[in-house]
Amino acid sequence: MVEFSYTLRNVMLGASLLGVMGGVVGSFALLRRQSLLGDALAHAALPGVCLAFLLTGQKSPPSLLLGATLAGVAGALFILVVVRWSRIKEDAAIGIVLSVFFAVGMVLLTRIQKLETGNQSGLDKYLFGQAATLVDDDLKWMSIVGAVVLLTVGLFFKEFKLLAFDNAFGASLGFPMRGIEVILTCLLVVVVVVGLQTVGVVLMVAALITPAAAARQWTDRLGIMVFLAAAIGGLSGAAGAVISASVERLPPGPTIVLVSSCALAVSLLFAPRRGLLWAYLRKRSVMARIRRENLLKDLYLMGERERGWSNFVSLSALMGLRGQGAREIERNAQPLLQQQLLEASRDDLRLTQAGFAEAQQVVRKHRLWELYLTRRLELPSDHVHRDAEAMEHALSEGAVAALEARLGFPKEDPHGRPIPPRRSR
Amino acid sequence: MTPDTPKTESAGGSVPPLEVHDLTVAYHTQPVLWDVDLTLPEGRLIAIVGPNGAGKSTLLKAVLGLVTPITGWVKIYGAAYSQRRSWVGYVPQRESVDWDFPTSALDVVTMGTYGRVGWLRRPSRRHRELALSCLEKVGISELARRQISQLSGGQQQRVFLARALAQEAKLYLMDEPFAGVDATTEQAVLTLLKELRHEGKTVVAVHHDLQTVGQYFDYVVLLNMRLVAAGPVATTFTHENLQLTYGGRLTVLSEAAEAFLAQRSAGKED
Repeated sequence: MVEFSYTLRNVMLGASLLGVMGGVVGSFALLRRQSLLGDALAHAALPGVCLAFLLTGQKSPPSLLLGATLAGVAGALFILVVVRWSRIKEDAAIGIVLSVFFAVGMVLLTRIQKLETGNQSGLDKYLFGQAATLVDDDLKWMSIVGAVVLLTVGLFFKEFKLLAFDNAFGASLGFPMRGIEVILTCLLVVVVVVGLQTVGVVLMVAALITPAAAARQWTDRLGIMVFLAAAIGGLSGAAGAVISASVERLPPGPTIVLVSSCALAVSLLFAPRRGLLWAYLRKRSVMARIRRENLLKDLYLMGERERGWSNFVSLSALMGLRGQGAREIERNAQPLLQQQLLEASRDDLRLTQAGFAEAQQVVRKHRLWELYLTRRLELPSDHVHRDAEAMEHALSEGAVAALEARLGFPKEDPHGRPIPPRRSR
Repeated sequence: MTPDTPKTESAGGSVPPLEVHDLTVAYHTQPVLWDVDLTLPEGRLIAIVGPNGAGKSTLLKAVLGLVTPITGWVKIYGAAYSQRRSWVGYVPQRESVDWDFPTSALDVVTMGTYGRVGWLRRPSRRHRELALSCLEKVGISELARRQISQLSGGQQQRVFLARALAQEAKLYLMDEPFAGVDATTEQAVLTLLKELRHEGKTVVAVHHDLQTVGQYFDYVVLLNMRLVAAGPVATTFTHENLQLTYGGRLTVLSEAAEAFLAQRSAGKED
């Protein structure tokens, strides 16, 4: 078990505070598709740190972070100006600011390292972060900033939502949208600067995007998303700190990022509705339904040919239709037998009364759709079967009824076969 | 809904809901609207018609102060837009927002009340109830809680219309309210527009489908960077004016005008 040292406590607190702030502000950045803005601002802060050091000759965090803030704001303004007054688009402007400011920062950092007073160990922590150097004063300071950030978001929640969803509509209502955008961007700068000491310039963007992207998977409400992003960010921060403390030579900053990335991966895979697993399961259940409906339809069509549905049909006859194996057909038949849509006599199958009605609906959709295609799109009748094979599983009963009315309640499909009636209730 | 007194034909000399004078707008150096003068009557359904890139949306945006004109001014009921915001409702193009945004239909409609809610305050229960009644007017109140990406295109359009209704305006500016909607929504939108007209409100809508201009609207503005013509549909929506608006490529359009004329001679009103 990890010893709960002073350092660990500070790293945990600092990382959680940053995670909460990053999640909240990052949610809006993500929804505004400005995730990379945070990245640019973080990189833009580096020359500010260096210049502040050169000017004051001290490594005291307040002056360095003030420098970082000013440089970050300058970067943000630069992006705004470039987009406004030139034909360069925002993504390119962000890329330019990121690289130019970072390059200046790296040049300055190298020069500083060669100075006698330079003793660079203090400054390069801003590159990759060094959460272990957080002291009580830093935390006090971070808490105050955090409180201000959360309070601002709470106050401007409605305005930020308007900005992220429909900027032009907000402007038409008379809200000063540019001012609101400036406030949000300032919050972004502040959070980035707070994060410099903990995760550093390079990884800062992860603290903004990852918790927000993970939170988005679980909810469709903005308020809940912001809350969840804060929770995911905060918990990842704390967990990352503990993990890095319990394993030797595991730096906290990257560990925190990896933990929140795991949370994102889990969210992408398993979140209900939006998750990949969900999508896969839904697709599988649709495919299974299609196979069952096809089996019912096959039995119906065979009966139609033989002018009667009372005979049992052998598995081998069914296998011939779609090139399916016996086991596959048995698997499709199993649930239908349970629902009493089919009945079996040894290996042979036939439709029950209910199964017959069910099969009629599938065939009805197929034939009405074929007729619709030949009549409305004037496709030749030998071109419509494959399309109807798909639509027979997709059309709702309401849509089919509307289709039927539009076609004038036809009795036969384009091939002269009867169209079954609508379901009787 | 309060039974409104039937709209009296806007008395001559009353203040027009929208007056545009010598309006010129350009994006970068590309001019979009040239010297547009326009005075629109109250209580009508007004279509803005013109080819792609004719500046139809830009005209709406200039009225709303979303783009800054090079010259000219706009007056709403005789005053600048900044003084008349609460009298104007806006329906942007449906594609202008991200419908995957984490919010519900009711929430979007409630945004229509934000202008009255004011700075930093939360919309109250009263505002939400108003929003719900607006969703009811467009016929989808049962979808109030649904996330907006789970709505069909037509339902999304209705959400935008309901949001404009929640603005409780007198003048409505709509950017293609009929674009890409299903037949049911088209009818619902049309019914709504007629209701608004009945309440004495003015609707200005960018419209693409020339075939239905005569059916849906009673006043038309023909635009192609400059104002070609504006007036009652019966006298202004003519073959000559359409030719002027759309230039040479007119085969489809002349058909549209003919269809309209034929329909009119067959006896109007549905």
